[in-house]
This record gives sequence, structure tokens and C-alpha cells, in this order.
Amino acid sequence: MAILTANKVTKRFGDFTALNSISLEVPEQSIFGLLGPNGAGKTTLIRIINQITGPDEGEILFNNQKLKQNHVEIIGYLPEERGLYKKMGVGEQALYLAQLKGLSRHDAMTRLKKWFEKFEIEDWWGKKVEELSKGMQQKVQFIVTVVHEPRLLIFDEPFSGFDPINVNLLRDEILELRSNGATIIFSTHNMASVEELCDDIVLINKANKILDGKVKDIRWQHFTNTYQVNYRNYENNIAELLAPGFELLESSYADDTHSVKIRLPKGTGSGELLNAILPHMSIASFAEVIPSMNDIFITEVNAVSANSILES
Amino acid sequence: MNKIFLIIKREYITRVRKRSFIVMTILGPILMAALFIVPAYLALKQEEKRVITVVDETGRFAGKFEDSDKYKFQVMQTDLESAKKILKQSEGFALLYIPKPKQSVPSNAIVYADKQLSINLEEYIKNVMAREIEKIKLSYELRSALLAANPSYEPGGDTTSEDLMSEKILKNIKSEIKLTTIQVEENGAEKKSFTGASMIIGSVAGIMIYMFIFLFGVQVMRGVIEEKTSRIVEVIISSVKPFQLMMGKIVGVAMVGLTQFILWIVFTAAIIFTVQLSFPDKFKMPDQQQVSLKANTSLNTTQDTQLKNDPENSNDQYNSFYEALSSIDYPTMIASFLFYFLFGYLLYSALFALVGSAVDNETDSQQFMLPVTIPLIFSIVMMQAIIMNPNGPLAFWLSMIPLTSPVIMMIRIPFGVPWPQIVLSAVLLIGGFLGATWLAARIYRTGILMYGKKVDYRELWKWIRYKG
Repeated sequence: MAILTANKVTKRFGDFTALNSISLEVPEQSIFGLLGPNGAGKTTLIRIINQITGPDEGEILFNNQKLKQNHVEIIGYLPEERGLYKKMGVGEQALYLAQLKGLSRHDAMTRLKKWFEKFEIEDWWGKKVEELSKGMQQKVQFIVTVVHEPRLLIFDEPFSGFDPINVNLLRDEILELRSNGATIIFSTHNMASVEELCDDIVLINKANKILDGKVKDIRWQHFTNTYQVNYRNYENNIAELLAPGFELLESSYADDTHSVKIRLPKGTGSGELLNAILPHMSIASFAEVIPSMNDIFITEVNAVSANSILES
Repeated sequence: MNKIFLIIKREYITRVRKRSFIVMTILGPILMAALFIVPAYLALKQEEKRVITVVDETGRFAGKFEDSDKYKFQVMQTDLESAKKILKQSEGFALLYIPKPKQSVPSNAIVYADKQLSINLEEYIKNVMAREIEKIKLSYELRSALLAANPSYEPGGDTTSEDLMSEKILKNIKSEIKLTTIQVEENGAEKKSFTGASMIIGSVAGIMIYMFIFLFGVQVMRGVIEEKTSRIVEVIISSVKPFQLMMGKIVGVAMVGLTQFILWIVFTAAIIFTVQLSFPDKFKMPDQQQVSLKANTSLNTTQDTQLKNDPENSNDQYNSFYEALSSIDYPTMIASFLFYFLFGYLLYSALFALVGSAVDNETDSQQFMLPVTIPLIFSIVMMQAIIMNPNGPLAFWLSMIPLTSPVIMMIRIPFGVPWPQIVLSAVLLIGGFLGATWLAARIYRTGILMYGKKVDYRELWKWIRYKG
């Protein structure tokens, strides 16, 4: 069940096309990675979802309903370029922003108190924002993003500016929000956190969608039949043991252990590799090499750039 | 709608709580009250009557000068030299010397004094003399006319029938003469002092509109830049529309301006009232009924004449200042001030918001500020010319163009502006405000999300044409 659907969304700024017929579906109660290099059009798409700007063509559906102004009250947005009024009090400001999201003053107050207690920052309430450190400001910002209990949350680089302890705290909060029923759109360049957190992704480059699907599926699609073998007690060249078509990609040696990556030809499996090498050595570990999101990202984006160079 | 109210509230409360607002609110009325009280205080200081010695060689003017609250005319039957000596010894105020004329009619007088005479006193002396001379000339003409008609006519003694006749004639024809004088020269002593008050009120109102628009318009711009540089703007416009944020800010700041203005009026009135209570005799306001009569008929000739012949009024500087101030139609002034302030401010603050949204910081704002502020500054530069000719074509057109009308119209209104002109100017100003807001909103919604881009006018033009 998709909570958010984009149908052929196109946005132009003068002659520049920021989004070219983008379609995607964000499943409910999932973490959805919105990926792409700088300037790909991610922020424009997020702004369209937030109704900061409108699409030139196509439409966005929220729960199969065309996006309406009152949808902003069930969306929470933490922009990459974020900030607070520096001269305003923390509590006062949080109240103001919560009320702008449609909460009554009373509700906003109770919920904010709860969040401030949870993050153990009650004594910041009366302080001015400029008195807080950057990390502290980010915490306040996170609270005002989620305080109205939105059904859809959009986090743009949420971990920037946090120390590792707070990154963990924040990640746990995000996972808890999902288990409580929220859907999260997560835009980041940190591919490790994409692998760790995201269920689905879409990859945008130069206004076009170049990849989408479940993280697991995508990684399997990019599986190149490559295996990593760590072994001991064999000092000859392992390549001599391999049948034609098998390709030795990398090899290294450290602490009495050799480490190699071998790509198998199409149609062969791990059994054939194992049969060839097992009699000669003691194997410490044997594993499929599933490409990291980082590799996939770079491969895909570069492929598009190469194509566009060829075309032009 | 509820959300725009939240924005207005925030803009209002954060500004009203600022120290600068409180300081301005207290300082303003003190300055304004001083404007009213200081002239009164100065008038109080010269409470004892000043003696003006009159040496009249013609013998025609002595006794014609009437004493007032401040001056006492004392006729002295000596020659000039000894009178001068007495003046020095007695530390008198001034000596008015009217020499015997070389021709038949006296035409000049000399005043010896330590200090400059007040304009009012000078005018008064001139007036009395002029009237007397007119009388002399007329009775001379009458006499020769009577003699020509009847050679056997015998002129009378000191108080001749001709003198009485000429006095009577003068009185009767006075108003007609005055009517032409007013239209040709646009003045008479009393009329002049009223024009002076219109000038003062007009310039003060014009300058205040200018200051208010500038002060609060720039506050809007700063607010927009603050939201942009602190990057909170994207958080907020994910909750409300950019237009709501912009209008909320503009309206919020307008309320701050109005609050300040109202507090100023209340405090100023309170200070003046308190001072008046503490010194009740010193601050005699002119009789209310008389004032309103004068105000209604300030263009009426008969009334004018009457005023002019009332030496007490034209003599008392302080009273006439008050009177002139009271002659202004305050309800119209205040209503139109509020209107022109509000809509002038709304028009300009939309433009200031536009500028704020297009730049990254205040130093960059200069290039776009200039075209916005030029019409405002131009209005102030033109003030002198408008005052000189408040109903001329320049004044008319500048008070129609929305960018200049708030200041120029406020300068004109104390001089009296026909209603159709005010209505037309008001409609144009509202139209200008709507146009400016539309333009500002289109640039604003793109501008607030643009960072680190060098923006020029071509870029702005592109933003205007972007679709929502």
C-alpha cells in the first residue's frame, strides 16, 4: 500500500529541467531512500511533496488523494538547510512551529514537554536558540519536525551535525517512528546508513529516475557472481587452480591469510569454485560479494554520465 | 487563516518586546510634547510687558497703537536724541521713531532696539501705520474732491468730517479690498500665520510618513533576510504558503507601527495634559468656539478681516501659534495620516520584502534598495516645492502616483485638498499596493529558497515568470 505516489512529475525552472517525469511509490510504514548526486533534483521533489512549490506536469497522490494544503499537517519535514530563529526562546519557538503545523496550543505544549523530557533537555526551554550548540539546535529541530506526529516524515541529511552518540539516538528514534506507523522519506549521501535503514530507494540523477526498488533486490540485481575467499596454507598462485572464465579480481595477504575476490562466469555457481580450490588449502571464510549501495550509486551515476557523453 | 494569525502574532510580539521599540515609544512622545511645550515655555519667560517708546513727530499715530499682553506702547513728547538716551538708561525694549514726512504723507518709521523684533510685532506696527496712512490719504482725496465740487467748502478742524467719512468708507470697503489682496498675494498677516501652521503640520506629517515607511519597511526587509540566513524559512513554508508568511510579517510589523503611533499620541497627549494641569493659567487655550469658527471660515474674507483688526490676536505669538495649530482639521489629518501611513507602508514593505528575499545578506541589499527608496527620498526632496505650491500640477501628479502619494498627499492635506483628488489618490494607492504585493509574492516565493546566487534584474524577471 503506497502512502505517497508520484505520477510523472516534471518541474522546470526556465530552461532548466529539475525533474523529468519522475514516478515513484513510497510504501506505507517503510523507510524510503531518496538518493542522487548533488543537483539531481531531490530537493525539488521534496519541495513539491511539501507543497512549497508545485509541479509543472504530473501529480502527487497522498493516500490516493491529490495533494491538498491541509496535507502539510500530516507531513513533517526536516530540510537539509535548517535553522531556527536565533533570538527567540527555544520553547516559545517550538510552540510556534508546532502550532503552524496545526496543533492547538495546549496539545503542542503537552507533546513538547514529553519530547523535551525524553531528550532530557527540559532546562533548555527558556533559553534562546543562539545560546545552544549546533548539535543541541539539531535536537530541537528534530523535535519540532516530529511533534505533530506526522504520518509522513521527510528527513534531508538528518545526521549531519550530530556526534556518533546522537546519531545513534536519532537512528533509534527514526526506527521507533516507523514501528509506530510513520513512513519516512530519507534523503542522504551516506550510503552506509541507506543500507542500514532503508527498505526501498529511488536513485535520481540529472532530473531522471535511474533506479528504484527494494534495497535487497537492487543489491542482488547488481550481484556479479563474485566471491570473496580467505584461505591459508597455499602459497602458489591460486589463479592456476581456476578453470578458464574464472577471473581473479583482487588478492592480498596479511596475517598468514590470503584474501582474494573471484568472479565466476555466467552459469557457474559457488560449488564449482569450491570444488576447484578446496583440496589445496584451508579456507577461513567464503562469501558472496554483494555490492554495497555505495558501489551501486557510483556505478549507476557514472553509467548515466558516460551515456550522456556518448549521446552528445 | 488561523496560521497567518499565528505569524502576525509572532512578528508582533517579538518586535514589541524588543528594547529598541520600548525606547522609541518613550522617547517619541517626549520629543513631540517638547514641540508643544517649549514654545509655550518660551512665551512664559517673557511674561513682563515690554515697553515700546513711541516718538511720533507727525502726531498722527500716537494712541493708535494698542497695548497687548506682551507689549506696552508709551508715547513720549521729546525729540529723537533724548528719547534714545532715555531708552539706553531705562533699559527699555525698543524705540519707535516716526519722523516728520518730507512729503505730505508719512511713509516710514524706524525702530531702535537691542534685539530683533518679532515678526508679529513688526507686522502689527506696519499694519497700524498703513491703516492710518490710508485714512490720511483718503481724507485728503475727499477734501480735494469736495473742494472741487464746491469751492466754498470749508475744511473742518482737527476731527474733520472728512476724517470721519474716510474712516467710515475704509471700514465699509475694507472687505472688498481684502478679497483682492488675498487672491493676488495670497496673504495678509493672519492668513500668513495660518499658512505657516499648514506648512509645519504638512511637513511634519510628510516626514513622519517617510520615517515610518522607512523604519518599518526596513524592518520587514531585515525580517525576511533573517529568516533566509537562519534557514528557518524552509521549515516554515513547509507549514504555510510563502505568501502567508510574507503577508503575516508585513501585517505584523504594520501593527507594531500602529501600536507605536497610537502610544505616541496617547503619551504625548498625557504629557501635555499633565503639564497644562500643573500650570493652569500659563497655558490658556484659545476659546474653543472661536477657534472652530475660524477654522471653518479661514478662507472667508470677512472673518479674515475681523481677525486682522483684532490686535490682541495678531500680537500674541504664543496664542496665534496655538490657534494656528487648532485651525487644522485634525480628524481628517489623523484619518488620512493613518490611511496613507498604512497603505504607503504596505506598498513599500511589499517591495522591501521583495528585496529581502532576493539577497543573502543586508550588504547585498543595496543595489535593489536604491530603486525602492528613490521615490521616497524624491518625495522628501520635493517637499519644499510642494509647500510653495500645494495645488500645482507637480503636487497634483506626485500625490496621485502611488509611490510618492503617501508623503506628498500628507504635505498637501493641511492646505486643503478637494475630496475627489483624495479619493482618486487613495484608490490608486490601494491599486499600487495590490500590484506591488503581487509582484513581491512572485519573487519572494522563489527568492527565499535561493542561496549563494548572484541575483540581478534579469534573474528577478525570470523568477516572476516561474509557475507556482
